[in-house]
Amino acid sequence: MKKIATLKSRRRFLGGAAATMAGAMATLTGCGRNEVEAFLQHNFRELSKDELRQVIARLEQDAKRKYGKEVRIGTEPAQQGVIFGYALDLSRCIGCRRCVKACVKENNPSRDPQIEWIRVLQLNKDEGVDVSHADPYYNPEEVPQEGHFYMPVQCNQCRNAPCTKVCPVGATWQEPDGIVVVDYNWCIGCRYCMAACPYGARRFNWGEPAIPAAEVNPVTHYLGNRPRPKGVVEKCTFCIQRTRKGLYPACVEICPTGSRKFGNLADPKSEIRYILENKRVFIFKEDLNTKPKFFYFYGV
Amino acid sequence: MYSLRALRRFVQDSIGHIFQGNRYYYAWVGFLLVLIAAGAAAYLGQLRDGLIVTHMRDQVSWGFYIGNFTFLVGVAAAAIMLVIPAYVYDWEPIREITILGEVLAISALVMCLCFVMVDIGRPDRFWHIMPLVGRLNFPTSLLAWDVIVLNIYLLLNWFVVTYLLYCGYTKRHYVKAIVLPLVLFSIPMAVSIHSVTAFLFNGLAARPFWNSAILAPRFLASAFCSGPAILLVLLQILRKVTNLKIKDEAIFKVAELMAYTMGFTLFLTMAEVFKEFYSNTEHLVYTKYLWFGLQGHHTLVPYAWGSVACGLAAFLLLLIPRTRHNWVGLNIGCVLIYASVYIEKGMGLIIPGLTPDPLGEIYVYTPSATEILVAAGIFGIGFLVFTLMLKVAVPIMLGELTVTSGQPAPEADPDHLALAKH
Amino acid sequence: MVIPSFRPPSRRALALLCGWFLVGLAGVRAQDIQVPPPPFTEGLFPCTACHDGVNQKVNRTRRELTGMHSDIILKHGPDSRWCLDCHDPLNRDRLHLASGEQIEFTVSYELCGQCHGEKLRDWRAGVHGKRTGSWSGQKQYLLCVNCHNPHTPHFQALKPMPPPLRPEAIRKGGAL
Repeated sequence: MKKIATLKSRRRFLGGAAATMAGAMATLTGCGRNEVEAFLQHNFRELSKDELRQVIARLEQDAKRKYGKEVRIGTEPAQQGVIFGYALDLSRCIGCRRCVKACVKENNPSRDPQIEWIRVLQLNKDEGVDVSHADPYYNPEEVPQEGHFYMPVQCNQCRNAPCTKVCPVGATWQEPDGIVVVDYNWCIGCRYCMAACPYGARRFNWGEPAIPAAEVNPVTHYLGNRPRPKGVVEKCTFCIQRTRKGLYPACVEICPTGSRKFGNLADPKSEIRYILENKRVFIFKEDLNTKPKFFYFYGV
Repeated sequence: MYSLRALRRFVQDSIGHIFQGNRYYYAWVGFLLVLIAAGAAAYLGQLRDGLIVTHMRDQVSWGFYIGNFTFLVGVAAAAIMLVIPAYVYDWEPIREITILGEVLAISALVMCLCFVMVDIGRPDRFWHIMPLVGRLNFPTSLLAWDVIVLNIYLLLNWFVVTYLLYCGYTKRHYVKAIVLPLVLFSIPMAVSIHSVTAFLFNGLAARPFWNSAILAPRFLASAFCSGPAILLVLLQILRKVTNLKIKDEAIFKVAELMAYTMGFTLFLTMAEVFKEFYSNTEHLVYTKYLWFGLQGHHTLVPYAWGSVACGLAAFLLLLIPRTRHNWVGLNIGCVLIYASVYIEKGMGLIIPGLTPDPLGEIYVYTPSATEILVAAGIFGIGFLVFTLMLKVAVPIMLGELTVTSGQPAPEADPDHLALAKH
Repeated sequence: MVIPSFRPPSRRALALLCGWFLVGLAGVRAQDIQVPPPPFTEGLFPCTACHDGVNQKVNRTRRELTGMHSDIILKHGPDSRWCLDCHDPLNRDRLHLASGEQIEFTVSYELCGQCHGEKLRDWRAGVHGKRTGSWSGQKQYLLCVNCHNPHTPHFQALKPMPPPLRPEAIRKGGAL
């Protein structure tokens, strides 16, 4: 009986055919081999170990050429038995935005056009969590300001994420440790996920990202903070390059008032579980049933 | 083989016919080519610098391009406004012109695909959306559904039109068993393309303005009144510049159907507005921004009211037989309907859905020069496709362009109007 | 109900046991959480250099200090609060609890925890205060006084870092 071609082998055949054609085109047009490989690269989840190694090597080469420094792109997988959770103490946040800037330093977003993954909202104590009265552009001499409280918003890594549902090419998905990631080399930039996110957490590279070489963080992860190309979506990844190695996200570590807490939801002895069990916790836009893993609480 | 040779001559004659025309034809095509060139130049700038040359930003991440796309999907779906009376109700006067509706659908779909291509951040990665070669997130993603149904509808229309024209060209009766099922299938397909496009908006809980159950019916109702509007104007032009016979009845009937669908559209709009204002929840902000402005931002208000005013006027003009059967009234009605729905789909749907953004911020979006030029270029492409297809289709329908035309014919073939008679 | 089964003591438990033993011996609490050294003002510690009980006699009268330490503003709780409520009168290199028990500055959190019990409990769990270290391993703790000045614990307001650019200001070729 003739063996029926599996999806993967069909894809490999088509890929091979395309590669041959592309190779011919490359020779004719003088396009580099790197460009052709970049064009043909498949979704991260479908790459074999060898293909992935080649992709990483090519990306590290590109980064070196662009920024003149050795950038390491890791591919650490999710740890077993880990589901990340985050808690933010609204009674302690003073809106100083040090988390915003620490995140920028750690995660290599474009400085121009400016991208910041965390957005801090200044809200009124009278109205509570009501975004129609939110102001992200506050800039007084000092914070906190009388009558206001501060609510930073970033990707909630929802368990029932509306963004991963809508991606037409499967470029964004939820990893086993709960982080919602984007494959920047597969994203086509349709921005449907941005329309779907109820927290305004996703950012788009409208122009060619520009980072001063001195500010590039060379410790990166393929699904996290590696330098991104133009025309793709990005967002907070709970500092995947740090948390998969057991470290805290940059925003947690920098917060001067200790408003940010992080840990493994699956570990009953973690501080995140302590908060969920002992504090008054709420979920932003809970009625949308996104089931976020980012919780707001009142610690005082 | 006879049929292969005929096919080759069909293609050759069609292409040849495209290059034969009077000065008005060349002026028109020249104008379209200028538009396309301008659009292409603007698009090259966008390719080089990225979508930053548009005025879309994170806060309003879809804009003019997607607004036009949504409107044009409706125009494409509207072809069935001709198909239903012609084939389901067997109404002779419209049968002859159904093919023109399908040609309009093809042009609109070509424009839709162009608008999607210019809107995505990585057009070089367009192949990622193809099943098997790429990775199509079907059935979870509504965009994946849209890709599939739009392409099926395009292929369907393209096949039917080509087949009918080829039969007319070779002076043969078309095979009813091939055409009728396909044409009837295009009815649910047309409904599906616009419903799927509506679903991709109304499935988003993050955007309360879109997250409304009546979005799909609204889309269909407004599509069915705006699509034929272009067609009616076109039919009148065609009657004047060619020998094509189109009965007044057909035009008036379509105009009447447009009146009813516009009436229904107005009703659905009112239903939506009532629900938002009466329940008076936090979600009112979007509707308020559209109709009355918010926090000092009133950019959309004149468009919202203008759209309703045009729609209402058009509804009355096309409803009342006296104004409908008057050519001035009819054409004003068509223009007003087109304007009303165009505004409603673009400024009245996309922008208020995204403003204020999920964190309450109001960013006032207006299209940039690049976006307008690129859109103009794409409309140029659509009109060009439409013009060129008609340039071939009309002579075939009239029997002037056949496999034997240009060769001395021994006697007139009584079947040459086979196409018109079906 | 879960009945805990007997397990041989872990290394940490043994360390604690030894600590308590030493408490019994020295009458002083041992440090049970790794913290940085107390942030003493330059040149002041050890306090017994001046407060040796010979050249400086203990004066338990509640008063406002003139002369030395007048630069310390004390605004911690009620107006009646004063220095020797926390600083041990007999040994200035130590603090004292309400029971009179002396404790080292290195475990000053025990003193704070007398009144701020919830905060101490949260702090031990890793839920109060600046969080650095490893979520899966060793957390890095700070003393209360590393962030809260014990004399005027109220947090000073900070100057916020710059706000994000408005979308209108984001243009090709540099922000407006």
